[in-house]
Amino acid sequence: MLAGGQSLIPMMNFRIATPSAIIDLNRVPDLDYIRHEIDIVRIGAMTRQRKIEFSGVIANTLPLLRDAVKLVGHLPTRSRGTIGGSLAHADPAAELPMALQVLEGEVVARGPAGERVIKAGEFFRSLLATALTSEEILIEVRFPVMPSNAGYAVEEFSRRHGDFAICAVATVLVREGERCVKARLASCGTGPVPLRLKAAESVLEQKGLGDAAIAEAAEAAALEVEPMHDQNGSAEFRRHLTRVLTGRALLRASAGKVS
Amino acid sequence: MSDLVHIKLTVNGTSYEGRAEPRKLLVDFLREDLGLTGTHSGCEHGICGVCTVLFNGEAARSCIMVAVQAEGAEITTVEGLAKDGNFHPLQEAFHREHGLQCGFCTAGMLITALDFLRTNPSPSEEEIREAMSAVICRCTGYRNIVRAVVAAAELMRAKP
Amino acid sequence: MTTVRPHRLVGRSILRREDRRLLTGQGQYVADLVFPRMLHAAFVRSPVAHARIRAVDLSRAKTMPGVVIALSGAELMRLLPPVPDTQLSLPEKWRTTVPHKLLNPQQPLLATDKVRHVGEAIAVIVAESRYIAEDATELVSVDFETLPAVVDAEQAVKPGEPIVHEQLRTNVIGEFAIAKGDVEAVLVRAPHKLKRRFYHHRYSGVPMECRGVVGIYDQRTDSVTIWSSTQVVHWLRREASAILDLPEGRVRVAAPDVGGGFGVKGHVYPEDLLIPFLARRLVRPVRWIEDRYEHLMCSTHSRDQTHELEIGFDNEGRILAIRDQIVADCGAWNPIGIGVVYNSAVHLTGPYKVDNLAVSARLVSTNKVPSAPYRGAGRPEATFAMERMIDLVAGALALEAVEVRRRNMILASAMPYAIGLPYRDGEPIIYDSGDFPAGLEKAVAAVGGVEPFRERQRTARAKRRYLGLGIACYTEGTGVGPFEGALVRIEPNGKIHVAGGACAQGQGMETIFAQIAADAWAVKPEDVTISLADTAGISIGFGTMASRSTVTLSAAIHYASDKLRKKVMSIAAQLLQSTVVDLELRDGGVAVVGEPERRVSLAEVARAARPGWDHGRPAGIDPGLEETHYFEPQTVTWTNATHAAIVEVDIETGRVKIEKYAIAHDCGVVVNPMLLEGQIVGGAAQGLGGILLEGYTYDAEGQLLTGSLMDYLLPTASDIPDMELIHLESPSPLNPLGVKGVGEGGAIAPPAAVANAISDALAPFKVEFNQTPITPERIAQATNQF
Repeated sequence: MLAGGQSLIPMMNFRIATPSAIIDLNRVPDLDYIRHEIDIVRIGAMTRQRKIEFSGVIANTLPLLRDAVKLVGHLPTRSRGTIGGSLAHADPAAELPMALQVLEGEVVARGPAGERVIKAGEFFRSLLATALTSEEILIEVRFPVMPSNAGYAVEEFSRRHGDFAICAVATVLVREGERCVKARLASCGTGPVPLRLKAAESVLEQKGLGDAAIAEAAEAAALEVEPMHDQNGSAEFRRHLTRVLTGRALLRASAGKVS
Repeated sequence: MSDLVHIKLTVNGTSYEGRAEPRKLLVDFLREDLGLTGTHSGCEHGICGVCTVLFNGEAARSCIMVAVQAEGAEITTVEGLAKDGNFHPLQEAFHREHGLQCGFCTAGMLITALDFLRTNPSPSEEEIREAMSAVICRCTGYRNIVRAVVAAAELMRAKP
Repeated sequence: MTTVRPHRLVGRSILRREDRRLLTGQGQYVADLVFPRMLHAAFVRSPVAHARIRAVDLSRAKTMPGVVIALSGAELMRLLPPVPDTQLSLPEKWRTTVPHKLLNPQQPLLATDKVRHVGEAIAVIVAESRYIAEDATELVSVDFETLPAVVDAEQAVKPGEPIVHEQLRTNVIGEFAIAKGDVEAVLVRAPHKLKRRFYHHRYSGVPMECRGVVGIYDQRTDSVTIWSSTQVVHWLRREASAILDLPEGRVRVAAPDVGGGFGVKGHVYPEDLLIPFLARRLVRPVRWIEDRYEHLMCSTHSRDQTHELEIGFDNEGRILAIRDQIVADCGAWNPIGIGVVYNSAVHLTGPYKVDNLAVSARLVSTNKVPSAPYRGAGRPEATFAMERMIDLVAGALALEAVEVRRRNMILASAMPYAIGLPYRDGEPIIYDSGDFPAGLEKAVAAVGGVEPFRERQRTARAKRRYLGLGIACYTEGTGVGPFEGALVRIEPNGKIHVAGGACAQGQGMETIFAQIAADAWAVKPEDVTISLADTAGISIGFGTMASRSTVTLSAAIHYASDKLRKKVMSIAAQLLQSTVVDLELRDGGVAVVGEPERRVSLAEVARAARPGWDHGRPAGIDPGLEETHYFEPQTVTWTNATHAAIVEVDIETGRVKIEKYAIAHDCGVVVNPMLLEGQIVGGAAQGLGGILLEGYTYDAEGQLLTGSLMDYLLPTASDIPDMELIHLESPSPLNPLGVKGVGEGGAIAPPAAVANAISDALAPFKVEFNQTPITPERIAQATNQF
């Protein structure tokens, strides 16, 4: 399946992927759109990352998504890369799958049996494997509009600007006074799939956004992840980075909007 | 070998037709079939950026596109920047600021800078560094490339 | 006789003539060259690090439609004589002065009995397109008997370890020792001693253009033309002539535009010889273009040295004695001999006065890609060890590292200063000129000075921010022999034609040599044609490496021009009915001094110089206006520099930000300041890449883990800071223009400067960074973050 091609064609050039046929989704009409419908935003699976980056609608309704997409590669790769392609490829170090998790998005898959909606939490199954069957393609990605008073942040550590994340944490926080009424945290580069850091979320929703609560949440996040070891970083380093980046993301996000 | 697919596209304002296997890379098609060797192939895995062309007005890496994707597309390569033998402001700036040495990454730098400046005509130096980090150069150490883009931005703002 | 040079070009930042074609996509690199009926080659490369080849089955590949020939190493051996010893050797004067051992396991063009590194070529396939040739490589099956791999050079020397070249019975393929003074006795008595192990990892030039070769055979004249992305056209011609059994006069080698070399393209590779062989055999042009995947596994790597350094010093931090034991991992083959490691040995003490020195070195075979020079060629490794040690000496005595440097530096007043050891050209090392302390002061001043920095550092530390200052100084021998050739000719139209043996890879040679020739002849640079990197342009040449071309080719042009000028003046004197002493070169011609309107153009002189009837030459003057000179430098001429870096280290993530970077550099007389700065900044960027990002890594089985640019991290514009450059100029007394080499210098100091800066920043944690690269994870670990 050829969407942006930013992952498939390099694999073909290395002769790791040798498809006997390629289906070019770029010619399939009606998969490229951004639609704001009251409280959700629907994005066609073939919408280019670049379009999301410069979209006024996204800037207003899903500013975290814009921040996340700006970390994906470089402008020339975002010219071609698509949101659907990135989600379907599900690289464990990719920012858009993490964004889907933290924003509690869902995807629409279409196959011979019809369409179905798959929530973020059920979409990423294991390393580079999603809930899509071999006969399904993604046709749409949906996000609930972010609360207008939400604080948010994406903190990423990579070796160079534009590289895949060695570790990244994204957060959306809604506070009411001293209380954190809603905390969402997700990470990538911290295991085979992008994770919702639910233990960390609980800490914040129970204990607020003070320094101690943030430190405790960061610690909880570090314990929740199952980082892998590779050339770019050991598991221990990634676990440590999870703690550090969670703390930094929460600090930045909690300095953001309040009700 | 698969059947050849017929491709019709516009490059630098000129119409071209050709035939290519579905797996033939766009960079190879431009260089071999169309004889436009100004765009280079540096890594064939979309990392180094030297193969960057404008695809329907947006910078894209031609080593990770297949030629058949360019059916009906409008492409600009480095050969299309100068007009009537006169340098584009970016070329002028790179020349004056010594923004190239071996020249192998230069087409990628020029096209990437062109696309970037169109999205951001008055960038800060840091924004330029970030944008130009899309293309790798082994010769210059980037100092003069950044200076060249700063100079080009000014030239382009003066004569849009 | 004088030369009027009212507008001297040397010293000016003339814009480059190369730019027009390179900026408009009209450059011609080897992958751009197309010839009628051209075929394309691809290689079957070893997926294993060390194995005997039992069988190579090409049968399925041979029958693929579009494949023209497929050859294994065994078949090739039946068709070609064995490759002669092509290893670069050092002159007899060195060989008889320095006790050494050097073995050459000569690499065959294709592996025959064994493969010795992942990526080694086993078979070659030639087909109608590269796509088909690569398809066919997938149909080749090789029967390997895997052998244990040796991937650690220090291990490889131990008994019982696998031997890479069994016929040599050892992995130690090179050894030498140099000494002066009495290190043993002085070390024993030294008030203070330190001993450390320094490791400089494996990385290399990774130019943006990979390698490539086109071979063309002309049946009519039984001659071969080779286009190669190379730095050494004459060396390649010599080897090709031997392999093809053709006289050199029927082999032409030229390099088109070359997209970066940095030393990686500075020797003859098997593909350089195999491709023209195939072209001649098939009577069709054959082109091979290396792709990046191949490049990382078969174009030469570099660095990869361990230094066990012991230093004795007194209470004032003055160095009394140094002992260094070097182990260099040279990979599976050694095309370049012992020069790189020897460079390390003699550049170790750099700008410092060290009367007692003993260096021993071993060059060790392993199952990795062969090592060869890369920008710096042994000097970065030595500078890293020495400059880290200087900082450790300072720390031991609670002195500023800058002060320890000052106390040990050789002063300008001591020049010329004899080091007491031979350079690799066999000549005694004599620092001819330079003011090392002045460079140090200027670099330190450029980053704001030590005391103000310490103030900032203290304030920052109180807020748990970690700033560090690091310095690194070096000296570099440049412009090495044996020679370079220049041919200077006055064309019939009066323009100057210069052909030289140098080979450009982006430095702007066409521009600077045009400046030099234009100055020599009082013409405009546009009236000078420069031909480089072509054996058809000049029949004897050496090539570009070792920061030598500005020095050697400028001198060759100077002396050739001197010879030719005498002739021009004699002829002009006759034409002007004057005498030679009353004439000067002026505005593209020769004029009478004080009477500029009494002149002849160089075109008229050229016409008069012709052989035949009605010539205008005075008696005794031979026809023609062309002179060739081979400049054989006496020895190298010495440059120096100081790099100063201020960094901030985020200990939680290990990220290093370079806040300020300054370079005080002396490369003698500067031909083109703008191009000079380009060389320094470009080299420094590669040095920074080396310490912070780049690296070739292998696993225990010899598998190359860094197989793509996703793994081998090249620095981008976001990774390299702006740099402040300060120029000092101590003209060289060893060549007529007073120039020194500049190509490599920038890459020598950054690893040491940054390692020193990071160590300084993290001094509260009492950590030393004596190994490269310094990754964020290492920093976070060293500061007990996890």
